[in-house]
Amino acid sequence: MLDLTPLIPALPLTGSALIASFGRRLPGQGAYLAIATLAAGWLISAGILWETLTHGAHAPHWERSIAWAPTGDTILRMGFALDGLGLAMLLVVTTVSLLVHIYSVGYMHGDPRYPRFFSFLQLFSASMLMLVLADNLLLLYISWELVGLSSYLLIGFWFQKPEAMRAAKKAFIVTRLGDIGLFLGLLTLFNAVGSVAFRDIFAAVDTHLATTMVSFTLPLIGKVVWPLAAVAAILIFFGAMGKSAQFPLHVWLPDAMEGPTPVSALIHAATMVAAGVYLVARMYPVFHYTDHGSVALAFVAGIGVVTALMAATIGLVMNDIKRVLAYSTVSQLGYMMMGLGVGGYTAGMFHLFTHAFFKAGLFLGSGSVIHGTGTQDIREMGGLARRMPHTYWTFLLATAALAGIFPFAGFWSKDEILLDAWLHMRWVFYAGLAGALLTAFYMGRLVIKTFLGEPRREDIHAHESPPVMTVPLWVLAFLSVTAGLVNTPWKPLFHHYVSFGHAQAPPFSLTIAAAGTAAAVLGLLGALAVYRWEWVSAATLRRTFHPLYVLFSNKWYVDEILYALLVKPLFAVCRAAFAFDRWVVDGVVNLVGWLGLVLSRIQGWLDRWVVDGLVNVVGYTVRAAGWLLTRLQTGLAQTNVLLAFAGLVALVWLLVYR
Amino acid sequence: MIPTWWPVTLSALLFGIGLFGLLSRRNAIAILMCIELMLNAANINLVAFSRAVTPQLLTGQVFAIFVMAIAAAEAAVGLAIVIALYRNRERIVVDEVDLLRW
Repeated sequence: MLDLTPLIPALPLTGSALIASFGRRLPGQGAYLAIATLAAGWLISAGILWETLTHGAHAPHWERSIAWAPTGDTILRMGFALDGLGLAMLLVVTTVSLLVHIYSVGYMHGDPRYPRFFSFLQLFSASMLMLVLADNLLLLYISWELVGLSSYLLIGFWFQKPEAMRAAKKAFIVTRLGDIGLFLGLLTLFNAVGSVAFRDIFAAVDTHLATTMVSFTLPLIGKVVWPLAAVAAILIFFGAMGKSAQFPLHVWLPDAMEGPTPVSALIHAATMVAAGVYLVARMYPVFHYTDHGSVALAFVAGIGVVTALMAATIGLVMNDIKRVLAYSTVSQLGYMMMGLGVGGYTAGMFHLFTHAFFKAGLFLGSGSVIHGTGTQDIREMGGLARRMPHTYWTFLLATAALAGIFPFAGFWSKDEILLDAWLHMRWVFYAGLAGALLTAFYMGRLVIKTFLGEPRREDIHAHESPPVMTVPLWVLAFLSVTAGLVNTPWKPLFHHYVSFGHAQAPPFSLTIAAAGTAAAVLGLLGALAVYRWEWVSAATLRRTFHPLYVLFSNKWYVDEILYALLVKPLFAVCRAAFAFDRWVVDGVVNLVGWLGLVLSRIQGWLDRWVVDGLVNVVGYTVRAAGWLLTRLQTGLAQTNVLLAFAGLVALVWLLVYR
Repeated sequence: MIPTWWPVTLSALLFGIGLFGLLSRRNAIAILMCIELMLNAANINLVAFSRAVTPQLLTGQVFAIFVMAIAAAEAAVGLAIVIALYRNRERIVVDEVDLLRW
């Protein structure tokens, strides 16, 4: 079964090419093929899991690589490797991807570019699976860019909408900004280790990456002396910040909601945005180069906290159902980073695992709502619970999971993050608690405004979505309820597969669990109090906390600050480059062009008068000779005879006298 | 026996007259007659030289007979052409027949 691993990314890749080429001629316009490739991938992943489970629940160790691009002494090897972390990601990606593919059959029904959508989805799935299976940083980087590309293509899928096109460009460029860091990190490691394979890099951490000190000057902080590992780790983390939408590069993710909703579910909630978290987990030995206080991990935790809290506060005031979920995703990704940053390797990845299911469920649910009502504004919804019961119940279950209510999936993973934070970085714990409270509040608000109460617009006739959409919803809802059970304190199965070093799962603490649950319940009660029972009206709250409201609804002005700090100087540079181009480069080009013109004029003159002249002289000569000879041709028989006789005389004269 | 140069001279004179007529006359009939003159000049030559070089053989004389036969045929063809010319143009002036020009 393990040797079938390369098929998992290879099948969707082939599917993508096939659907792109013959999409319209395939059965179901390629949708069946797409679903089949992922079902096969899911079956293989599940088979591997089953094999390992029946053999004592140990993480698999499998790798295959081939020599790639041997240049001089350096031989780059490319290949796939599968371990517990990879297997967990495989299961998440194939499951969510499969369900989203099925759901898309209903959601994208009737779209004029239906096969293209599936081709892109397949490309994304293939790249993401390749990213997960890569055994070296270079292949990971390539797949990383490929998922970025497919994300761009899918956000801009409805490219006739200018906002979608702008969002696609924004997503691509903002994540590229982080990718520069990832690439520099890759080069740093390659330079120091001489190999891009994870195995070699991790082996080098203890020998010299952690001990080689680098000193340099940072703006605002001043001169610092860090081990090489920290520098590489932070550079790599920039890539993760871009892809996983961490502050300040989170600005692209909410805009990415312009894409079709299945895309938001698959790429911008469950899998691709989790790639940054996966990257940190994959490179964890480099981040965790020392047991006592790694700068890199502190940085990760700090960014995670800022992101989690900032995004949660923005989520409180958004009115677009998908944007609320988008900020929730940003916030939860911050949560995962937080978990990884405080040393909770398993906790962070576990949260990624559970989050993928319930967030995909939420997004697909929101897609169902949008499909049924034709609007995305929660102020126009309300009372949908009766009209769309399947959507409502699945949404509710996923919300409970996200809020962290016992015993739903989110409870277990969030609890583990909080536990690790409590043990290693106390201040992160309080931030996490605040995040949990905010999360529960905005999710409560979302559910109440969307599904409960009375319909706020009479002209919207909501209807339940077809089974092809509700069945994936129920599957995801089921997973939202149960996914957490794979890593309970009593049976930490997930821990056997995904753990760093020989760390034991931290002992369960009832206090922490109670604190987390209290925060979640408090948040939900708060939402009920404001939006359901209306003890305090939302308008009053808005007035009372007006400065905060303005700050949140303007998304903390991060877009504007980035614009002023990055985009404007960039434009200035562009303008300077443009001026240089126009006046200097174009000037040189024009000069060369003008010289060419002059030269060709001279040549043309020579050609016309000298070369053509010679040719003409030949022509005229021949014509003149011909004219002379025509004089002989009188056409009179007597002339001919005369000439013949003259010729005879000449011949006789020649014969006799010569 | 008369010396050979007498008939040869006669032949040369006849040939010269024929040639002159051929080149200068405009009347097609006259031109045909001039051609006959030149052929017969050649016949005289043939007979004269035959007599002078191989008196015991009759090769030259027989050849002259052949030339006469051919001359008769030539005259027939020539006259036919002249008649055709006359039918087309009602004149037989060769100056005007210059269709072979460039």
